This record gives sequence, structure tokens and C-alpha cells, in this order.
Amino acid sequence: MNARSEITEKYLQLYQANIGRIEKSSPAFINSFRSEAIQKFEQLGIPTRKNEAYRYTDLEIFFKHEFKNIFVPGKSDYLKAERFRCDITDLDAHGVVLVNGFYPSITEKMRQLPGGAWIGSLKEAFVRFKDIVENHYGKYAKSESDGLIHLNTAMASDGVFVYVPEGSNLDKPVQVVNIVDSEDDIFNQHRNLIVIGENAVFTVIICDHTLSPNKFLTNAVTEIYVGPHARFNIIRVQNEHNNACKITHTFIHQEKGSYASSNNITLHGGLVRNSTYHFLGGRGAETKSLGLFLTDKWQHIDNFVNVDHASPDCTSNQLFKGVLDDMATGAFNGRIYVAPDAQNTNAYQRNNNILLTEDAKMDTKPQLEIYADNVKCSHGATVGQLDEDALFYLQSRGIDQREAKLMLMFGFAHEVIQNIEVEPLRERIDSLVMQRLRGELSRCASCMVKCG
Amino acid sequence: MLSIQNLKVAIEGKVILKSISLEVRPGEIHAIMGPNGSGKSTLAAVLAGRSYPQILEGTVTWFGRNLLEIPPEERSREGIFLGFQYPIEIPGVSMVNFMKTAVNEHRKYKGLEPLSASDFLKLMREKKELVEIDSKLANRSVNEGFSGGEKKKNEIFQMAMLEPKLAILDETDSGLDIDALRIVANGVNKLKRPDNSVIVITHYQRLLDYIIPDFVHVLYDGRIVKSAGKELALELEEKGYEWIKKEVNNQA
Repeated sequence: MNARSEITEKYLQLYQANIGRIEKSSPAFINSFRSEAIQKFEQLGIPTRKNEAYRYTDLEIFFKHEFKNIFVPGKSDYLKAERFRCDITDLDAHGVVLVNGFYPSITEKMRQLPGGAWIGSLKEAFVRFKDIVENHYGKYAKSESDGLIHLNTAMASDGVFVYVPEGSNLDKPVQVVNIVDSEDDIFNQHRNLIVIGENAVFTVIICDHTLSPNKFLTNAVTEIYVGPHARFNIIRVQNEHNNACKITHTFIHQEKGSYASSNNITLHGGLVRNSTYHFLGGRGAETKSLGLFLTDKWQHIDNFVNVDHASPDCTSNQLFKGVLDDMATGAFNGRIYVAPDAQNTNAYQRNNNILLTEDAKMDTKPQLEIYADNVKCSHGATVGQLDEDALFYLQSRGIDQREAKLMLMFGFAHEVIQNIEVEPLRERIDSLVMQRLRGELSRCASCMVKCG
Repeated sequence: MLSIQNLKVAIEGKVILKSISLEVRPGEIHAIMGPNGSGKSTLAAVLAGRSYPQILEGTVTWFGRNLLEIPPEERSREGIFLGFQYPIEIPGVSMVNFMKTAVNEHRKYKGLEPLSASDFLKLMREKKELVEIDSKLANRSVNEGFSGGEKKKNEIFQMAMLEPKLAILDETDSGLDIDALRIVANGVNKLKRPDNSVIVITHYQRLLDYIIPDFVHVLYDGRIVKSAGKELALELEEKGYEWIKKEVNNQA
């Protein structure tokens, strides 16, 4: 056992100093997970590059920074969230804004949407949907190697809760906008729980934004239960500034015959790490894990995917793409695990990257562990430049080189975007990506909240 | 319009075109024929502006301008069109977006306003009918998943959209069945005007049954070794290229 690092020690102390306050403002059930979680965190610590899953990503620079921590929000934090809530009315989605990880709670804390789904703060869910929360909270976010998941369980107290009852079909997606806005450098950890009943259909869009230029660190965990034969899409759109570090852990647990897709679109961000865990827990489930990132300057984007084929007759598809400019770096780590009795498994993985300069760098690593016999599995990774022949083809029709390059990059990116099933959103992301490629994407132009 | 004088070109240090001279005037159809490896496609690549051929000697002028100094996109806007032997698949870029961008770049070069969305779609529809291209193809990504014949028809469709002064068709007939060949050739003939020209590069005579050339040139070993009227194509069809090779080798 290695001696705990100084940084890990710092976060243990942070826990000790604040746990009293955190527990006082949290439901008892959440609190019941904390002491075990902090022990796990103590063992595992803040991940370093010695951790195989974090080999290409150095978190130290962010975690050693002194942040202000808002474990229990004050009135002004809620007010800030309230202000934002009003602005999203023109988007064709049911909107929720979290400011610095907290659900606005001045007005209704839980509301019912057309189609029968409920959305509200996780804290409030313990009052209204006690059984549901207790059946699912803390069940899926598990890890024997990533201390950050346990740090979140130990200290998080709120986030978004969505419950989509059996057979419900929402007319519109739910959009959750995570805004980080503070005069101080802040560290925030929120925790979301989404429960989708049998045969229900649900799409959630999560937008990660930073509004003020301070240094921010976010460590968020989302647990999702997809009931039998339910359909679920999660689309994450990230647009944060170069001083922000965003770490997300998303756990999707699927029951038999269900379908789920996850799509991480990272338009901008200082350091981004998205871990997506897909657990195929019932026969005939299908899952898609997609991602696209566009980076430049000194940004670093890391996508980590774990697909666990625990049941037979399941299908999984991973497609991750990246465009790296300047001296940007990126990493992709895609694991496929096929359990011994998960026969008739189809599991595919592809990772394609374009480096626009000689200084950009991409690490890509497939990891396949297959213990069943009857499995169709493939993986492929490429890191390269724009296709010269395709570039010439466009130029030969009168399109200048700069525009031709943009078209090729856009086409490359579009292969991921075209999987977004919500058409207006697909078009919107297409146009955001085009703006990003043209260098026209400002914070406000990209922000779906349109508060500007 | 196009004047090639003593053109000598190498690829990766190997001389492919040894000395080519060719004059193309408005309204003419030239066929360049020759066995494999004679340099036909290299000539097309030089004219379209690819960067890999090294020009060792000679000149190419386009209405008096040094063509070799003009970047490929400007050559296109100036009215030179290359029909590719192997059209490129570009996933994620729709035909509509591709052609709209191209047409509007051409218009900008001529000092015209971009076409409105409805005018553009109308233009696409007309040209699609002209070249008998399946309307669904236009909604797909550029050449992605197209059959060989569809790709070649798509080249002619692009030619129809851009209305070039000079079209260079590089082995457009290769890999086509007889019906596709007829459609492609009809497209070329319908687009023919008294003032625009075509260079048909081909290995076989059969395309020239439909596109009747004014001149037939035989390219062999990096040189044009024989030029004559359309009857030369028939002679080549009948006798093959061997007699030409023999003739050239005897002279040497």
C-alpha cells in the first residue's frame, strides 16, 4: 500500500472538516453511504497516472489548487439558479438549471412533466419518491479503481433526479444545464439519479457550461437505471473555458430488451474527463456509446468507456472521434468486457482522430476481455491527418482550401452527430460544431440557455 | 484556350510525361488514348492542379495565363473541370452542401450573388434530370456507398452544375456497364456547347461511339505519338496498341 499522496490527504481533511455540515443538510439514506465511500477513497486516492485508467490524464494541477467549496448552498446560490431558470423557455425542452451543482429550490422542488415524468432535486426525491431512490441510489456507481467516484459519494448532497414511470413517453427531452458561475475558484460535486421504468421513453440533454472565468473543478456522478424494454438517450454538450476541469462519471444500467445511447460532445474545455459505464444487465439489451471532441490550445480531453456485457444477446457500439489542433492532447480508453455466459454478444468499437498539427497528440487504447465463446467483436483506431485526396476533390470543384478543410472536419464530426435522435438538437449541434470549427464559437453563441 | 508545350513531368523522381504538346480550341473534343501506364492520368492530374507531379520542363497556358501557377480551386472557377477516374467518398459531407458551396464559390468569382436556397434546389433538380441521376443520391454524402456507375454519373452531374469551359474526363468509362456508359455519354453530349471543349481520356474506343471526337491522340511512353481524326480510334480498337508501340520503337 502506497503512502497516501499529499493531495489525497488534502481531500480527506476537507471531508473531515465539512462532513458534519454536509450530513446535516442531506437525507439520511445518502449519509448512510458516506463512511464506506470515504474509506474507499482513502484506499484509492485521487487518481494519478499510475492508475491504468488515468494513464494519459494528469489531474494533479487541478486537485492541488485551493478551491472554495460550497457543500451547503446559501440563499444567494439559489437565487443565481432561479435567475437562470427563467431564460430557457424558448428551447423546445423541459429545462432545469443547476448552478454550481445545486438545484434551484426556491420555487417547486419537484414537478411533473407532460407525459408523466417527474423532475426535481435529488434531495426532494427522498421525500416524494423514497422507495424509488432507495432502490437505485448508490447501486450502479461502483468502482474498484477510481477514487473520485467514492469522493463524490462521500461528499455530494444534491443534483437532479428524474423519474420516468412505466410506459411514459415524454413529448420533449429534458435539458439539464450545469452552470458554473462564481467570483471564487470553486470545486463542486453533484450527483444525479435517473430512473426510467419499463417501456418508458426518455431523452436527457446535459449542457456543461462555465460562465465566469475563474478556475473550476467539477466531479459529477450520474446513475441511470433503464428498465426492461425502455429507451433512453443521454446527450452531453460540453462547452467550458480553458481554466475549467470537468470530470463526469456516468453509469447506465440496462435491463432486458432496453436501448440506451450516450453521446458526449465536447466543444471546448480545459481538462475534460468523461467516464461512461454501460452495464448490459438483461438479455437483448442494446447500447451505444458515442463521443466527439474538438480541441485546440492546451486543452486535454479524455474519454473512458466501459461496456460490460453481463447478459446474452446484447449489442454494443462505441464510436468516438476527435479533432485536435495546436498542442491539444486527447485520450480514448475503451473497454469491452464479455462475461462467460454472455453468448451471442455483438460488441464493436471504433476510435478515429484527426491531428491538425504536429504538436497535437492522441493516445488511444482498446481493451477487450472476452470470456464467452459465441461473440462478434471488433475494434479499430486511427490517428491521422485530413485525407489529401478528399481535400483535392473539394478544391477541384472550386472550393478554397480553408473551406474544404472545414467541410472535411465537419463531415468527420457529423458521423457522430448524426446518431442524435432528436432532430432539432442534431441540427443545433451540427451548427455549433460548424461554428466551433470556424472559430466563431463564443461562450454565449454556444450556450443553449441563450441568456445573452 | 488550352495550350500545352513540351511538357515534361516526373512523379517521385520518375519521368512520366516526356514531352507533351497539345492545343485545345473552344468547341473541340479531343480523345487521348493509350495503353496503361502511358501517362494519361498524370496529364489529367497536372491539368487539374494536383501537387504531386513535378513539372520539369514546358508550359501550360489557359487563355494566355500560366495555368501551372493557378491553385486547383481557381482552375475550377476559371472553367476547368476534372472528372475523376476514382471519385472520392466523403462521409458526412452532403452532396447538397458540397454543390451549394462549389456553385456559390464559382458565382462569387464571377462577381455574382450566391443562389437562394430555392433557386439552388431548382438548379439541382434540372441538372439531375439532365444527367438522369437518381434524386436520392443527391441527399446522401458525397459518393458514399455509391456504386461505380453512380459515382461516374455523379461526376457528370457535378460537371453539369459547374458548366465548365473545358471538361477533362479521366477514364470516365472504366467500370461502367453499357447503360451507365450511355447515360454518362448522353450527359456529356447534352452539356456540349459550341464554345466549350472536352478532353476524353480513355483506354477503349467504346465511349467514343457516343462522344464523337474531333481529334484522337495516342499517348505512349510519355509522348503523343500519333494524332489524327476519329477514325484513329477505330483503328486502335481493331488493331490494339501493339502496332503503335512497334512503330514508335522502330523509329527509336
